[in-house]
Amino acid sequence: MEALTNLLLGFSVALTPGNLFWCFVGVFLGTVVGILPGLGPAATIAMLLPLTFKMDHTAAIIMLAGIYYGSKYGGSTTSILLNVPGESASVVTCLDGYQMARQGRAGPALGISAIASFVAGTVGVIGLMLIAPPVARFALRFGPPEYFALMVLGLTMVVFLAGRSMIKGLLAMLVGLWLAGVGTDLFTAESRFTFGHMELLDGIDFVVVSIGIFAVAEVMVNMESRGGTELFKVPRGIRNLMPTLKDLKDCRFAFLNGSVIGFLIGVLPGAGSTIASFLSYGAEKAFSRYPEKFGTGVIEGVAAPEGANNSETGGALVPLLTLGIPGSNATAILLAALILWGIKPGPLLIQDHPALFWGLVSSMYVGNVMLLVLNLPLVPLFAQILRVPYFILYPGILGISVVGVYSVSNSLFDVWMLGLFGILGYAMRKLDFPAAPLVLGMVLGDGMERALRQSLMMSQGHLSVIVTRPLSATMICLALAILIMPLVNKVRSFRLKAVEQDV
Amino acid sequence: MGEKKELLSGICLGAFGAYVSIEALNLPYVSEFGPGPGFFPLWIGIGLTLLSLLLILANFFALTPDESRERQSRLSIGRALVGWSGLILAIGLLQWLGFGLSLALLTLFLILVLERRPLWTALSVAIGLALGFHVIFVLALGLSLPSGPWGF
Repeated sequence: MEALTNLLLGFSVALTPGNLFWCFVGVFLGTVVGILPGLGPAATIAMLLPLTFKMDHTAAIIMLAGIYYGSKYGGSTTSILLNVPGESASVVTCLDGYQMARQGRAGPALGISAIASFVAGTVGVIGLMLIAPPVARFALRFGPPEYFALMVLGLTMVVFLAGRSMIKGLLAMLVGLWLAGVGTDLFTAESRFTFGHMELLDGIDFVVVSIGIFAVAEVMVNMESRGGTELFKVPRGIRNLMPTLKDLKDCRFAFLNGSVIGFLIGVLPGAGSTIASFLSYGAEKAFSRYPEKFGTGVIEGVAAPEGANNSETGGALVPLLTLGIPGSNATAILLAALILWGIKPGPLLIQDHPALFWGLVSSMYVGNVMLLVLNLPLVPLFAQILRVPYFILYPGILGISVVGVYSVSNSLFDVWMLGLFGILGYAMRKLDFPAAPLVLGMVLGDGMERALRQSLMMSQGHLSVIVTRPLSATMICLALAILIMPLVNKVRSFRLKAVEQDV
Repeated sequence: MGEKKELLSGICLGAFGAYVSIEALNLPYVSEFGPGPGFFPLWIGIGLTLLSLLLILANFFALTPDESRERQSRLSIGRALVGWSGLILAIGLLQWLGFGLSLALLTLFLILVLERRPLWTALSVAIGLALGFHVIFVLALGLSLPSGPWGF
């Protein structure tokens, strides 16, 4: 009852014409920022921050949060249409989304992405509204061993991303873990694997690697034959550009899975939407009736990670607003904004600023509806991009890739690295090495090493700290079960074959 | 004996794993704060080496090459590498000519050399793309892209 009263207060704030306008501005800018590479939500929020000083604080946080969750909606567009993941959380969407586009199903992929984003985004807001304080208290129990176990659990998703050869999947993952370690060691300030390049002291940015091995490698594969590989078929008629009822039915578990996993991972500071999207993709594949088809253009493979990516937003606001802990660059800037306005995020925020907190929560409901209304009609328009002749599209993709990489830190060195990772991605394609495990290793490597070293420092070098704490032990057991599962399946199918031969 | 490319990738990755391990041995394994900067890379290097050996062994015991896989002609790989060389050349020109002109030259190269399209098509696409990128990213979004002596 109290939640309902608070929600009514929130809607009375969010539905004022002024706040509705700023909410629209935020989600519209967020969508544009998500689609265009080179300008992430964190940079956009940072740029607009000075403009908010004279604004009403509630209107300002509604707009800035709109940019944050609006960018998640737009992020899938380039992944699906061009195989260019603009951010780490969109990498998994490339796997099935781009394959769907190749099969002439770009429209349904974009449509299901918007619908999954809406469903899961709304679930994330409900989660934020109902269970923010207790979940935040639970998340505080996560120490380094638990984070390490979570990262290990994330890495076991390699089982679902490895493709035909598990050995090659693991090798790619290890290369990703190594890449994550390049740069200055955070504990001792010692440089590692920098090959004498000052530019590598800060490490290799994830965007450089992922755009290189996905987008540049894809363009190279398509350059192999004159006229390009025939891959961009776009059916005519709006009916063929939207997900069917069967698609929606097939995705019902993906919506649920993405919503729950995304929210729970979002609540953990630092875990982020990338882990959420990888985990939900893995869970979707593990429980699917046709796991072997994942990676070939399965619609659930788009719905689950996109849902998780958006639900994570609601989750990420839980530690930010209730504990003052940001989990990502964008939430760190939101935190800075709150502090600059003189509002202290923490357990007393809901009590001291109820109009701001509940106004924000309610505006997220409104914003999600706005995003759905804004994005679904744009699907046919976006799908037309695929009608562009290949000889315009390929230089365009390479141009977007260079802009995306250069804008990370205005460094030409990063653009050279893009070329290097492009050829690496092409070699991996030719040698049948899966690219997704490399990205997975790179995303999780840094956090995993930090958590492991902190855990060992805590326990004076005893690895047992990871298995003696209940939460971390549970996650390690789950990770082991996921790793062993393919072996058990192999033995079972071998036994069945043997029995059939005997009969 | 399986495919040569499997053997080659196993050998290359094994060598890389060995390199990572040796480099990691030069870093402190333990520091005053606990595990040192060499701790994690050493185990990654060992893992890479062992898995590469496993890949080589699995390939060694594979009886016949997988015939179902598409054999790549040298010509098609050559085309991809020519396209990649064009990209590398354009990256090299970025600091001298700026983004707009480098992208236009890359587009011209890809359309004329790889696609063998008419010059006017290549020119119009190159100019259109360069202008489009300038308008969207530089003028509208205010991004700073590498610029040549003429300011774009």
